[in-house]
Amino acid sequence: MPASLPTDSVGIVTPELIHFAEPLSLASGRVLPEYDLMVETYGQLNADCSNAVLICHALSGHHHAAGYHSESDKYPGWWDSAIGPDKPIDTNRFFVVSLNNLGGCHGSTGPTSIDPNTGKQYGPDFPFVTVRDWVNSQVRLADYFGIQRWAAIVGGSLGGMQAMQWSIDFPDRLGHALIIASSPKLTAQNIAFNEVARQAISKDPQFHEGRYYDHETLPKTGLSLARMIGHITYLSDDGMAEKFGREMRTGELSFDLNTQFQVESYLQYQGEKFSTAFDANTYLLMTKALDYFDPASEYGDDLSKALSHANCKFLVVSFTTDWRFSPERSREITDALVAANKDVSYAEIDSDHGHDAFLIDSPRYMAVFRAYMSRVANELNLGVTDES
Amino acid sequence: MRADLEIIAEWIQPKARVLDMGCGEGELLDFLSKQKQVDGLGLEIDHDNITSCIARGVNVIEKNLDEGLASIDDASFDSVVMTQALQVMHRPDLIVEEMLRIGNEGIVTFPNFAHWRARFYLAFRGKMPVSKFLSYSWYDTPNIHFCTFKDFEALCIERNIRIIERTVVDNEHRQRWWHKLWPNMMGEIAIYRITR
Repeated sequence: MPASLPTDSVGIVTPELIHFAEPLSLASGRVLPEYDLMVETYGQLNADCSNAVLICHALSGHHHAAGYHSESDKYPGWWDSAIGPDKPIDTNRFFVVSLNNLGGCHGSTGPTSIDPNTGKQYGPDFPFVTVRDWVNSQVRLADYFGIQRWAAIVGGSLGGMQAMQWSIDFPDRLGHALIIASSPKLTAQNIAFNEVARQAISKDPQFHEGRYYDHETLPKTGLSLARMIGHITYLSDDGMAEKFGREMRTGELSFDLNTQFQVESYLQYQGEKFSTAFDANTYLLMTKALDYFDPASEYGDDLSKALSHANCKFLVVSFTTDWRFSPERSREITDALVAANKDVSYAEIDSDHGHDAFLIDSPRYMAVFRAYMSRVANELNLGVTDES
Repeated sequence: MRADLEIIAEWIQPKARVLDMGCGEGELLDFLSKQKQVDGLGLEIDHDNITSCIARGVNVIEKNLDEGLASIDDASFDSVVMTQALQVMHRPDLIVEEMLRIGNEGIVTFPNFAHWRARFYLAFRGKMPVSKFLSYSWYDTPNIHFCTFKDFEALCIERNIRIIERTVVDNEHRQRWWHKLWPNMMGEIAIYRITR
């Protein structure tokens, strides 16, 4: 944590593990007999439970979206730029719920959890879950807090897909969906990148068909490669050029395979860091959930028909240099919503940060985000503790 | 409330679905949603305007109108409005065609380049007219396709577009008797209601 706590931080937060004893039927046909969700909340739930905002995380995200866990934390939660007092998702007005999704590796039930049927870790036997399964588990989370209707559901990337699925499956349980840097389905190129990541993991000799826990090892090389390729797709060509260019660690070419360019060193560092911090089975499962997401497929590939069920208002945001989920994908969502005669606003933000831009504080992005969320708060007459 | 917006509001049915092309800060749609409960959508390119629309709860989509409107279905709006933006389009004729493809009716306003002041400016100074109302120089103006009322009406005839109503006003949107007498000379802004 920085020497002094920033005034716009939610401060020190403590995650909470919530147990759900009722079995959950999954899209795959399998059933989770019981499960836990690791959750953090920020702000206060008001008396009529109308000020709740759900944060849905992306591929490698988790429940820790804002604030710090301890005094010694170097960095705040992954979306601290957007969540906090007087930030776009203003915790003076909203009660924010952020969870680690099922199948995750940050405390919620997932491949590293103990299977009650065997007494051993699930590992590769953990069921593949879909975006819809996540939404169904999140509905129970809403019930747990007594939230009948979310003021807004907000998500970037894979998180945006959850917001979209909510709007289709539970139209009366949310007022607004904020779909940021997302897509109505993956393109062949997106799936191809995910497949390379999966191959890297599953071909690692330490993977042991997903039972690496039993062998007391980790498929570090594979997971690290998966993260490296993923990371490249989250950045933009311009952004990488600006950050690294052709800068070298040593002055001259060494004519060997040693790491020479800064970008190589950066990627290796990111990969290695991730390879011990994240679970390989979770990574495989999350990429599959991405690949499978395609709400229009149940409606004759007509996205507008799928979204015609929605009852909420939408904000769709994309970033100019995002080639993972390009602005074109967001325009498809927007066009489908217009065709379905839904309330929608769309902004295309200039950014050099590629797909990662949705996590980064930039003036126009934050202005749009803030304007939309204050509209949400104003519609609900939510009080402001800090009158300004 | 700008006077032209009030005139436009009279031509829009309650609860209509309205598209405002180049909606600015969302003033018209905000007015129409409060006064006429319309279901409105704005298209806008200016970043600050987009944020203003979002803040006031007007649905707005970031869009460069010159790139076309192919993603919007035929006859999906009751009225399509375009105020003071026709002259900045690369192809005003195509935009007018698109308005009437997307909407059942179009409402267009634009400045009249044949107003007497503009005529006198060009005639006697020999330079492109610059006024308080049209304050740009020829080289930096976003207004690349000026036309006159007569030009616009000729386009409508050529493209089989029917003019339902026309109101001619001055640049403060007041209607005067002399506008009716000699509109193409005396009027500064025209508000057209068109259909196919």
